[in-house]
Amino acid sequence: MTWKHSIKTALTGLTTNRSRSFLTILGIVIGITAIMMVVSIGAGAQELILGQVQGLGTNTIIVTPGREPTGPSDSAQMFSDSLKDKDIRELMKLTNVPDLKVLMPLVAGADSASYKSEVYQVSIFGGTELLADIFDAKIAEGDFFALDDVSSRADVAVIGAKVVEHLFIDGENPIGQKIKLKNRNLKIVGVLEKGGGGSLFNFDEAVVVPYTTANNYMLGIKYYHHFIIQAKTDNQVQSTAEDVRRTLRESHGITDSSKDDFYVQTQEDLANRLGTITSALTWFLVAVASIALFVGGVGIMNIMLVAVTERTREIGLRKALGATDRDILTQFLLEAVMLTAIGGIIGIILGASLALIAAIVLSKGLGVNWTFVFPWDGAILGLSVSALIGLIFGGYPARQASKKSPIEALRYE
Amino acid sequence: MNIIDVNNLKKSYDDGIDTIALNKVSFSVRKGEFLAIMGPSGSGKSTLLHLLGLLDTPTGGRYTFNGKNVSTYTSDELADLRNREIGFVFQMFNLLPRTSVLENVKLPLYYSKVSENEWEERARKAVISVGLEHRMYHQPSELSGGEKQRVAIARALVTDPEVIFADEPTGNLDSKSGKNVMAIIQHLNEEHGKTIVLITHETSTAEHAERIIRLMDGEIESDTKVKKRLTASDEFVK
Repeated sequence: MTWKHSIKTALTGLTTNRSRSFLTILGIVIGITAIMMVVSIGAGAQELILGQVQGLGTNTIIVTPGREPTGPSDSAQMFSDSLKDKDIRELMKLTNVPDLKVLMPLVAGADSASYKSEVYQVSIFGGTELLADIFDAKIAEGDFFALDDVSSRADVAVIGAKVVEHLFIDGENPIGQKIKLKNRNLKIVGVLEKGGGGSLFNFDEAVVVPYTTANNYMLGIKYYHHFIIQAKTDNQVQSTAEDVRRTLRESHGITDSSKDDFYVQTQEDLANRLGTITSALTWFLVAVASIALFVGGVGIMNIMLVAVTERTREIGLRKALGATDRDILTQFLLEAVMLTAIGGIIGIILGASLALIAAIVLSKGLGVNWTFVFPWDGAILGLSVSALIGLIFGGYPARQASKKSPIEALRYE
Repeated sequence: MNIIDVNNLKKSYDDGIDTIALNKVSFSVRKGEFLAIMGPSGSGKSTLLHLLGLLDTPTGGRYTFNGKNVSTYTSDELADLRNREIGFVFQMFNLLPRTSVLENVKLPLYYSKVSENEWEERARKAVISVGLEHRMYHQPSELSGGEKQRVAIARALVTDPEVIFADEPTGNLDSKSGKNVMAIIQHLNEEHGKTIVLITHETSTAEHAERIIRLMDGEIESDTKVKKRLTASDEFVK
């Protein structure tokens, strides 16, 4: 029998029982839909997260005090005061870190800021005049504070869009006004664009001040929460990260790298790590969704067995007219595979559509830059898995059909 | 030349107790002969037809079909032989439901080596030869019993086989349709030289054949020539 006619015969078999065929593939449709959605939304989430990380710039290195957390019980190690002024001096030496372009100490805190009678809980960031550049934050009004402000520990601040909204409710121009934060009167020199800083840091609720001002007058600490370092070129990121590690070890008197009281992450490390986490989550969910596929497969097997019994006479007739065991096997196997493949295609379309709707809802509802990703890998996986399910779960009934003796089959009432 | 040679053919089933369905059956059928096999139910006539039609294999004895010792054939080779050299007509018609007359008649060609561009023409010719050209695109459910059986005959003819095995072809038909079917079968034998092996339990049907083998309890009781042969077309006015 030619393939053309095998396919035609299988199609006839399927279309004679349309509603049953449809109900049979429902399990496969649901399974594939779930897989497509999970993979698509997972890919969207990954793009979103990676996009934010990439906002930092590919040549960025982040130094954080404490040991790299290895698990939840290790979190205490994250709060450490090991990054000090002395480290900045060492890192800035060309002999220690030759390819360093920029080093910015970063401190963070939180408190209520007030203007006239309005109060708003803000995050405090202390950095240098380069903070806006490094975090890709754009100035909407005014200017960022300058290097002079940093060295003179000036009481100046750049504030985020939400801070403006909540403190200057009359629509008053905040530039030049003074807000009160941690008992300092900070003169506002600039306002950041909304959603400024496409990175992991969101500056909408932030008051950004020179780190010198933050440490000396506001937070009262003598260490830093991060060093943000940029290498001169992307190629020098890894070697610079290594130089930073070596310099800090020397500066902290550490000989055994496992006893480091700081950790150095490149933007690439961060992206890889977040990528690994989101893919692990995605594939975990795919595994869960696969249960639906398995159940669907059992349904296919069930219905195919019923079909084989129902069509015993037809099988006998075909054999009497010259069909070989192989012809019968192919016919029923093709029916099962076509059934599951059709289910797979419907599932792919349905899953992708739902993921597209989810993408639209997420980007509108949460105001994030969520892009819809058509998961080609999910589609190919879904289609091949559903065809495979047809082969596996259709295999047993098809074999039963092909093994029927023609006379038994013809005699069957 | 003989198309069927059976020698000491035996068929037994072993389901707990050994049941002998056929025993020591020997006879030959010439090419172009019209043979009827008769016997009450349980006499083994259906078993014999299944063996002769290569649908089943004997447990003993020798069967030579058209000069070939088919006992050595694999099931695929038997399927091919059934397709090319044998046509079946069953009591229950066994047409595919929801499939047009023309498509039903084409069915054996799907499994044949006949080139696809001949299929349509062959199937049409076969349908016309049983006088159903006006029913070409009808479905079996729209046909009368006699018409269904004529479709089955057309299907048996489409591969141009040597032998046609007919298992109680008139068993489910009224006498008028039955005579019509017998007329077609006789016509195939006389005008087209097809060998016919007909199974029936009615003497009136069997007497359309040239020769009658009577079976009783799995053995041949008698093997006689029909003296006063009936001609269906005389009784049936087209």
